[in-house]
Order: sequence, then C-alpha cells, then structure tokens
Amino acid sequence: MVAFERNRKCVIARPDPPVLKGTARVFGDDINTDYIISGRYKFKTLDMGELAKHVMEDLEPGFADRIDKGDFIVAGRNFGCGSSREQAPLALKAAGISAVIARSFARIFFRNAINNGLPLLICDTSGIDDSDILEVDIGNGLVRDLTKDSDIKCEHVPGIMLTILDEGGLVSFIQKHGKFRV
Amino acid sequence: MSGSRVILREKAGRKSIKPGDFIEVPVDLVLANDVTAPLAIEEFGKLNMGVFNKEKIVLVLDHFTPNRDVASAEQCLFVREFANENEISHFYDGGNAGIEHVLLPEEGLISPGMIVVGGDSHTCTYGALGAFSTGMGSTDIAALMATGKTWFRVPEAINVVVNGKFRKWVGGKDLILYLIGKIGVDGATYYSLEFTGNGIENIDVEARLTIANMVVEAGAKNGLFPVDKKTIAYLSQLGVDSGEIAVEADEYGYSGVIELDISNLTPMVALPSLPSNVISVEEAPRVKLDQVVIGSCTNGRISDLREALEVISGMRVSKGLRLIVIPGSPRVYRQALNEGIIENFLEVGAVISPPTCGPCLGGHMGVLAAGEKALSTTNRNFVGRMGHIESEVYLCNPAVAAASALTGTITDPAEII
Repeated sequence: MVAFERNRKCVIARPDPPVLKGTARVFGDDINTDYIISGRYKFKTLDMGELAKHVMEDLEPGFADRIDKGDFIVAGRNFGCGSSREQAPLALKAAGISAVIARSFARIFFRNAINNGLPLLICDTSGIDDSDILEVDIGNGLVRDLTKDSDIKCEHVPGIMLTILDEGGLVSFIQKHGKFRV
Repeated sequence: MSGSRVILREKAGRKSIKPGDFIEVPVDLVLANDVTAPLAIEEFGKLNMGVFNKEKIVLVLDHFTPNRDVASAEQCLFVREFANENEISHFYDGGNAGIEHVLLPEEGLISPGMIVVGGDSHTCTYGALGAFSTGMGSTDIAALMATGKTWFRVPEAINVVVNGKFRKWVGGKDLILYLIGKIGVDGATYYSLEFTGNGIENIDVEARLTIANMVVEAGAKNGLFPVDKKTIAYLSQLGVDSGEIAVEADEYGYSGVIELDISNLTPMVALPSLPSNVISVEEAPRVKLDQVVIGSCTNGRISDLREALEVISGMRVSKGLRLIVIPGSPRVYRQALNEGIIENFLEVGAVISPPTCGPCLGGHMGVLAAGEKALSTTNRNFVGRMGHIESEVYLCNPAVAAASALTGTITDPAEII
C-alpha cells in the first residue's frame, strides 16, 4: 500500500525506500537554522565534515558527539525556520541523522532537505520521547514508535518532492530528467 | 484576490491556477551570495550544463566581506572565478558590492511582475516593488542557474489590510514586528502575505522594503505590495519602467484577512530569542546595552540612516556602548556622505562599517561576547545570532536604536526628542 498520494506521472517504478530504524533525538518548536548550524560557521560552507561537528551545539553542546548513525531528529512546529542555508540539512546528514520528523517544517528547509536526499516526515510528534526507538517507513508515510508500541501516520508529501527524494536529490533528478516535470 | 497567484499564473502561461497546484515557471532573476553561491556552484558543476542566461544571474559578495579570514576569502575567490568564467553580468564585488537586498533594487534590477528567486531567505524583500520574490537553498539555485526554471506549489494568500498613517518614530519595522508578534514565526508558513488598504499610500517604498524583507520571519513564501504612484516614482528615478501592471482578482480569494490600523502603532521591540517576541518600546525591559547596530537588508537604506540621525544628531553615544552604523550599499554610503550623515555619526561616536551583512549573522564587524546585549535594526534575534550563545539580540527600528545608543538602554525616541 502506498499511503502518499503520488503524482503518478512523476513516479519512476522502483522499490519503496527501506524502513529506517534509529533513536529519537527530541527537540522543541521553532528550531531555526542557526541552531542547526550556527551562522558563525557559514564561511566554512563546503566542509560538511567540519560543520557536522557543530550541529545543534547552541541548544545542546556536544550533541554531534552523541549522535549514532541513523538517529532521527524529532521536533515540534516550524523546524528549520530562518536562513536559507543549505548547510543545515547537509550538516545534519553528514552528522549521521537519517531523517527529520516534525509537526511542521519551514518551507526553504523543506526544499533544501529533499533536494539533498534527507527524508522529512510530517506528523504529530508530541507522543515521541527522547531516546524512543523508532522505525520510519518513508514509502508508506508511517512512523512506528517501538518503545511506545504506537504507530503515527504522516501527512502527505507533494509528489514532486517524493520523486526528487526517490532520485537521491535535485541534482540527480535534473541530470536524469533535465527539467522538473511537475 | 491574490496578486502573487496572478504573477505565477502569467509566468506559468496558464489560464488559471489554484492554491495547491504545482507549476513550473521561468524565473526572471536568480540571486546568490558568498554563503549560498559556493555550494550552488559546486552542485551546478555536477549538472554539466551551462548557465541559462548570464544576464539573469546576480552574484553578490556581501556576507563575509571584506573577507574576515582565509576561509571566507577562498569562498569569495571561488565565486569570483565562476562569475568571470561564465561572464556573469551582474557580479558585485569590492567597492561595487552592497547588502544584496539593498543593492538589487538600487541597481534597477527589480521591476513589478518579475519572479525573483534568491539563495537567501530575505529575497522576499522585492515583493515591496510588486515582484514575486522568494528564497531558496543552494541546490535549487544550482538548478535555476542551469535551467532558468523552478517549481512552486501555488500558495494560499493572507491579506493584510493596512489603514491609517504612522506616527512619528514609527515605521515599516514596527508594522512587520507587530504583525509577526501577532501571527507568530510560523503564522504565514507557505502563504503569501499580501498588503493592501488605504494606509499603503502613506508608507514610503523604503519602509515597504523593510516590511517585505521580514515576511519570512512569519514563515511566508513571499510578501507583496501593490504597485502605486510611490512605487512608480521610486522605480522611475532608478531608470526602471514599471510597465503595465494589471493585478487582477482570481476566484480563490484570500485564506485570511488581518486588519491593521497603523495610526495606533508604537515603536516595537522584539526581545530575545524570536522575532515574534514583540512588545511596545515603553514596555521593553531597561537592559544595559553593549552594542547598537543600525544597518542590514532590513534597515540599511538612506531613510533609515536619516531617521536614526534625526534622533541622535549633536549628541554623544552612551559611555561604554558601541554604535555600529552600516550603510547598506555604496550608493547609500555615498549619499550619506553627501548629506553629512557619515560626518554626523562620527561626531556622535559611531563606528562606520563598509556595506556588509557582517554582525547580523555573527559574521564579523561587531560580534558579541558572552553575556553581551545588542539592540539591532536587523531581522533575527535567535540564540547566538550575533555571536556568543550567551549573548542577546533585541530588534527595533532605526529611531529606537539611535535613542537607545544615547541612553545605553532600550529607549523610546519620544523621550529624547
């Protein structure tokens, strides 16, 4: 079953993305891009390994050191608000975060994450506690909290964005299609 | 009616569009700066395509310039080499560079009805001139530099109906801070914020640029002002022909209406650490300030400097406080020199910075130490935005900034003059 309403003409037949498993790292509402990666480091924009060491450090010093590869960021409303810096999703990805799950996202962050192949899921995150073990089924838009033994249904993600995500990001999408095909 | 949708419909070449539709549109201007361009250029390189139009790409080195260190210098060099190799017509560097959103309108690059996409969240500024204008990240910019096109989800729109006239020492910054305070930092996420009403004719174009600049702080995709006599006069002195503007109604209307009577508005202050944390200046806590910044893409225009100087002229900055004044562009700088504004600010005890984004993002030219507090005419007061994570930023208009630089604490200009 495919829960997301896909724009069929965009979708290239391929197996659904794998189910991801990891630990929830919970943050609050309005997590801005300065929190994700401070503007202080923006001059090092092309060194993602370096930027990854500083993700979320203003909110939680030493956070990057405590990330296990595959962990999920879980947040409330308006995740990624503020600057357009693409280093925000890139640094999260480089730090080992496999997906961000939030109640809602700021729009530039949303595009940036998808364009760089970082999956985002929109759902009611209020029941997820820090350190809960989650299973994330991107293809079916489902977050399963194994610690709480509960399933959380995710909101619809636009077809074009799922297709870009499926293709591994916007650059590979354009390489393949040469245009957007909305 | 949604003017934003009318522009998108025209550019998409469709008879009708409705909110929620996905459309592909050609873009009239693509912008990036020294922070977003390097990554865009890297991604662009992977596409193995040429630039779609060297006249329609604008590159401005404004964030970490004049370069603060080797890393930022190399980043700028990378952009400079790309601009030269691709013969980018609108490349702004050194003495030609200013803060991008102050610079582009002055350079006559923006006209009503355009679609402008920039690798900077404050690209929404140009909605003040009747353009559909929004920010995106570097990879979207890379795709745009190659194809000249992008996709949009057609936005719903919220109508902000403005009535009345600003009182003395109240301006565009206060309107937008009040609005963000009212609807919150995600109150307009994915929406167009469209400003109409009888009060618009009382708001000067530079104040409209300030208002449109900060719509993103409420999450909006874009902000839009009608094109009126003031817009046409403003553009015409820059040599820009406004052309025929027909912003007509579409059948989908507005998702919400917010009425604002600006006659009752007072100067506003956003307390740390969200732009929505807004109160009236008279209620603001009298914290001791270490630094006051007047400048940025929000308030770095000549009218902002004039307003600040009107409060502070002939007086002296409070002992122990650093006042940093940043003319937003070479043109603003030159005009400020010609009008004696720079001289006056020097007399007052201000530091004059070259045009740069600098301290707004904690880059350089005024970074804060732990425990320091700044009052600033910039647009964001997030934790650590201007420096150390234990520093604090308060946001306000240029007149409040100037009055507060005199007293050393957040002050209503009406108390000074």
